[in-house]
Amino acid sequence: MALTAVNSKKKPEMMEQEERLVYNTKNLNLWYGDHHALKNINLGIKEKDVTAIIGPSGCGKSTYIKTLNRMIDLVPGVKTNGTIEYRERDIFSKEFLVEELRTRVGMVFQKPNPFPKSIYENIAFGLKIHGIKNKQIINETVEKSLRGAALWDEVKDRIHEPAYGLSGGQQQRLCIARCLALEPDVILMDEPTSALDPVSTLKVEELIQELKERYSIIIVTHNMQQAARISDKTAFFLNGEVVEFDSTDTIFNSPADSRTDDYISGRFG
Amino acid sequence: MENTARVKSEEMVGRIDGRLMKNKVIKGIFLAATAFTTIILMVLLYRIISQGAPYLSWDFFQNFASRRPEQAGIKAAVIGTIWMMSVVIPTAAILGVGTAIYLEEYAKKSALTRWIQMNISNLAGVPSVVFGLLGLTIFVRVFGFGNTIIAAGFTMALLVLPVVIVASQEAIRAVPNELKEASFGLGATKWQTIYRVVLPYAIPGIATGSILAFSRAIGETAPLIVVGIPTFVAFLPSGYLDQFTALPMQIYNWTSRPQVEFHNLAAAGIIILLAVLILMNSVAVWIRNRFQAR
Ligand SMILES: Nc1ncnc2c1ncn2[C@@H]1O[C@H](COP(=O)(O)OP(=O)(O)O)[C@@H](O)[C@H]1O
Ligand SMILES: [Mg+2]
Repeated sequence: MALTAVNSKKKPEMMEQEERLVYNTKNLNLWYGDHHALKNINLGIKEKDVTAIIGPSGCGKSTYIKTLNRMIDLVPGVKTNGTIEYRERDIFSKEFLVEELRTRVGMVFQKPNPFPKSIYENIAFGLKIHGIKNKQIINETVEKSLRGAALWDEVKDRIHEPAYGLSGGQQQRLCIARCLALEPDVILMDEPTSALDPVSTLKVEELIQELKERYSIIIVTHNMQQAARISDKTAFFLNGEVVEFDSTDTIFNSPADSRTDDYISGRFG
Repeated sequence: MENTARVKSEEMVGRIDGRLMKNKVIKGIFLAATAFTTIILMVLLYRIISQGAPYLSWDFFQNFASRRPEQAGIKAAVIGTIWMMSVVIPTAAILGVGTAIYLEEYAKKSALTRWIQMNISNLAGVPSVVFGLLGLTIFVRVFGFGNTIIAAGFTMALLVLPVVIVASQEAIRAVPNELKEASFGLGATKWQTIYRVVLPYAIPGIATGSILAFSRAIGETAPLIVVGIPTFVAFLPSGYLDQFTALPMQIYNWTSRPQVEFHNLAAAGIIILLAVLILMNSVAVWIRNRFQAR
């Protein structure tokens, strides 16, 4: 698997600052019919970083993150050019099956979307579609994923009950657990806390801090404080363009572009 | 402008009585319409039950058609309808759900699919006699099945197919997009998503719509007459290429006899037909209520 291959190549003498990219977007353009939604995006996303994507509503954040795992393919009439490389493989190439891409790259959506099944079955779903039938493996993975999503203690006595009985925040952590079951390399999150109350939001943010030890996370957020709290890098999108991409610290304290400054200081958006 | 108030509350209050009067009259008209319908239905039911109930005996179910009313029974028609439905249900379900899945999940939204869609909807309104003629031409003659169970079953399946397709499409369309996204997001293929997410969610809706459509196939007479299904059958079919008769055919036959005893037998047959239809509709309603809670 790509992940292990990458790890085995990692030699101790390698310098820490040598950047290993999970995603490298080069000159990406995207159109919905005639609407030019992403304009010449260039973005290199580092392994094990939390990368935040911020920007006003309608600037193309969701479009971009959905392109990263090709969920955008589900929208009819979309055209793209340019390339996105995931671990140096072109995600648009015929050889890279979207099923493989989406197995390596998990996605958490804006609204928690558990299946109308039990908690257990929600997590087993990903394993089953990948042909894993061994009960023991499934049981172990369910527990491990729920622990990984900081949900195990809350639900361990009712994993066979319907997922719809969980609170919104728990449902969202279940959706994260569902991703973890497939041992992804990257987790994409599109405003994962926008439908949650402040307490649940905090829990998800804490979880993201834990997950970054093992996964690369790309998170779209409408909430600038959230980006500032949890991310290492921040990309500011405006009207389909990347205005600025830098360390979160730089973006929030000394942005290079005046539009970034205007946005983070709340002058628009 | 300030002083010339166009509306005066005095005037408006004065009109309330008139408005209330109208309200009452309209309500009365609607009530009368409902009452009229209900009464007609009650009279009809009363007539059928009072005529037919005395004839509902064990013998009635055990006997074949006969020229002597006291020996005539409905066995061949009941068994024949069951045989026919054993063709109609799988045929219409497989073709109907398959078409619905294709149109909703696979087909590109082109002018051609819109045209197909329009035709399917229109077919649902085509008179049943026309389907009878289609069945006569294709299944009885071209395929050479003759006036057998298989020919009648396929004809009835075609008759109910548009309704099954449209009901299934609606059920499939009602599956929340977020659930499909969740499945695709985990690397599922289209078929896995359909099989594991779309169909489980849509099946109650598909079943409800389909059962209502199937109940139509049980009650329809015209296509059977056109296809040439006999009314007087004194044996049980032993295969799909055998002749048979069905409930509505048997009832039709009895009502067209001069003797009043036969009319009573027809009433007894209608009771059975109604019982089957009510049962099927209740099952459909039960499924709908049972799964609506989600
Ligand atoms: N399915 C679609 N069809 C056409 N236009 C779309 C579609 N989805 C998004 N857009 C347009 O693309 C632009 C970017 O949308 P989106 O990526 O959802 O923005 P954000 O997530 O930053 O709010 C918006 O102008 C939006 O109207
Ligand atoms: Mg968005």
